[in-house]
Amino acid sequence: MENSINTDYILELKEVSVAYSPGKNAVDKVSAGICPHTVTAIMGPSGCGKSTLLRAINRLHELYQDITTTGEILLKGQNVFKMNPMKVRRLAGMVFQRPNPFPTMSIYGNVLAGYKLNNIRLSRSEKDAIVEQSLRSVNLWEEVKDSLNQKGTFLSGGQQQRLCIARTLALKPELLLMDEPTSALDPISTARIEELILELKEQYTTIIVTHNMSQAARISDNSMFMYLGELVEFGTTKQMFTKPVNKRTEDYLTGAFG
Amino acid sequence: MKKTFFSGPRYRLAKSRLFFYAVCAFSFVSLIPLFLILGELVQKGYKQFNIDLFTRVAPSSMEAMLARISDDPLPGGILNGLTGTLLILTIAILLAIPSGIATGIYLAEKQDKPLARFVRSLSDLLQGIPSIVIGVIVYIWVVKPMSGYSALAGSVALAIMMLPMVIRSTEESLKMLPLSLKEAGLSLGGSYSRVMMRILLPSAFSGLFTGSLLAVSRVMGETAPLLVTALGASTVNWDLSHPVSAVSLLIWEFYNDPNLAGLIWSSSLLLLLLVLGINLFAKSIAQKWKIQ
Ligand SMILES: Nc1ncnc2c1ncn2[C@@H]1O[C@H](COP(=O)(O)OP(=O)(O)OP(=O)(O)O)[C@@H](O)[C@H]1O
Ligand SMILES: [Mg+2]
Repeated sequence: MENSINTDYILELKEVSVAYSPGKNAVDKVSAGICPHTVTAIMGPSGCGKSTLLRAINRLHELYQDITTTGEILLKGQNVFKMNPMKVRRLAGMVFQRPNPFPTMSIYGNVLAGYKLNNIRLSRSEKDAIVEQSLRSVNLWEEVKDSLNQKGTFLSGGQQQRLCIARTLALKPELLLMDEPTSALDPISTARIEELILELKEQYTTIIVTHNMSQAARISDNSMFMYLGELVEFGTTKQMFTKPVNKRTEDYLTGAFG
Repeated sequence: MKKTFFSGPRYRLAKSRLFFYAVCAFSFVSLIPLFLILGELVQKGYKQFNIDLFTRVAPSSMEAMLARISDDPLPGGILNGLTGTLLILTIAILLAIPSGIATGIYLAEKQDKPLARFVRSLSDLLQGIPSIVIGVIVYIWVVKPMSGYSALAGSVALAIMMLPMVIRSTEESLKMLPLSLKEAGLSLGGSYSRVMMRILLPSAFSGLFTGSLLAVSRVMGETAPLLVTALGASTVNWDLSHPVSAVSLLIWEFYNDPNLAGLIWSSSLLLLLLVLGINLFAKSIAQKWKIQ
């Protein structure tokens, strides 16, 4: 009962391997296809290569020297390793574990940071529209509309994380990559971000790394289970939680290790 | 164990309080020289610390002697020194800050590359070179080829002295930034240079600015390297290719001329106040930004 063959994958991984040092694959020959408007959870024990895989998708892993990557990652049919990395990152926006608003910028400036960094000039009214729309889409507008000129770092952790999501959404990416976006947040903020991810499904495709299995069950359509760099199992979340195919997946999900 | 006074919390509290008082006392003791110096300069210099000090150039030895004979206060001030210091420092800042920041960025980015380590140790060595040696080198590099002492040569000497401090403060304040800022910038599609210019450098600004100001205040009173580069001048000069005076150079001249000795105190007081002022300003900025 694997995902049926679908030619409309928004993202396709073909035998992707990533090694921080030669001969030691942190991600080992991962192949998978992601359909648009789905939420895919990546799970697995610590150090199994989840973040590395996620970062390979928008080529942020190239920040580390001596890293080698093989295989292909197709984003809307185009191999990201043949594209301009800046373009890839604009198409595949990323949200990090810890909220990281830019400390020198206001809330307003943070939302528009992507445009500033890409040297895209906007008129005042375009800016206002983008800020309002992005903040509304993360349900932050009502909370901050009167303090847009305050520093983003004055917000609470959960608000900061939503601001960071807004900052990513402002650039209208094709794909949202989230690396444990709620693990630094309290339960209420976590619930709000989970709601948000579900709302965003209409417009975006999300891949989310999570350690929290009930979170994966709540929000994801499909799940990947990784172990020691390999993609052990990939299927619908429902199936994975009810009838995992692989013994290791079952052990992990039942808490036998991890 | 039996509870005695010496194991109880009161004893420990008293001990930590005692330690605190001792620290206070010692820091007060180390402040004494500063207050003694300030007191001495104020006491001897306040009479000459007037508007003339800022608006008139240094008097000639003859003028000063005539004034002394007729028991008048010394005529003139240190305007030529103030403008010279301003000119030399401005050009030194323009020379040292861009290259120092660029080097600091390189060191922060390529922390463990052999070349970076080499540059870092060179910069540390540079900091240890006596200022007169730097002056002499600049004499050979700039004064000789330009066949004359100049404000520019003085600026080059002071810029070289400022460089290590600017490099260090840039490197350190960039290294303090969390990696996540850079990652966030890059993941929004920013190019490396734009992420550096629009995110990282602005975030490191307070450290950078403080470091640069401290570097300025550090070289402000330098005398030896200026003696062999900027030389000194008796008039106000804004031409970079000509000799120029500086407050520190004037103090040296006053010291060497008994007729002018009366001006030492007021000009030293002014120099000290300028340096202290820049220092306090830099510290207050660092404090203010840290809270944010
Ligand atoms: N910068 C790095 N340099 C060298 N090796 C690294 C680096 N980052 C990660 N690794 C290694 O790559 C492997 C995968 O790491 P990765 O961060 O992708 O795991 P993860 O699944 O995200 O773990 P976690 O759940 O703890 O975040 C690990 O064995 C780790 O030691
Ligand atoms: Mg991780």
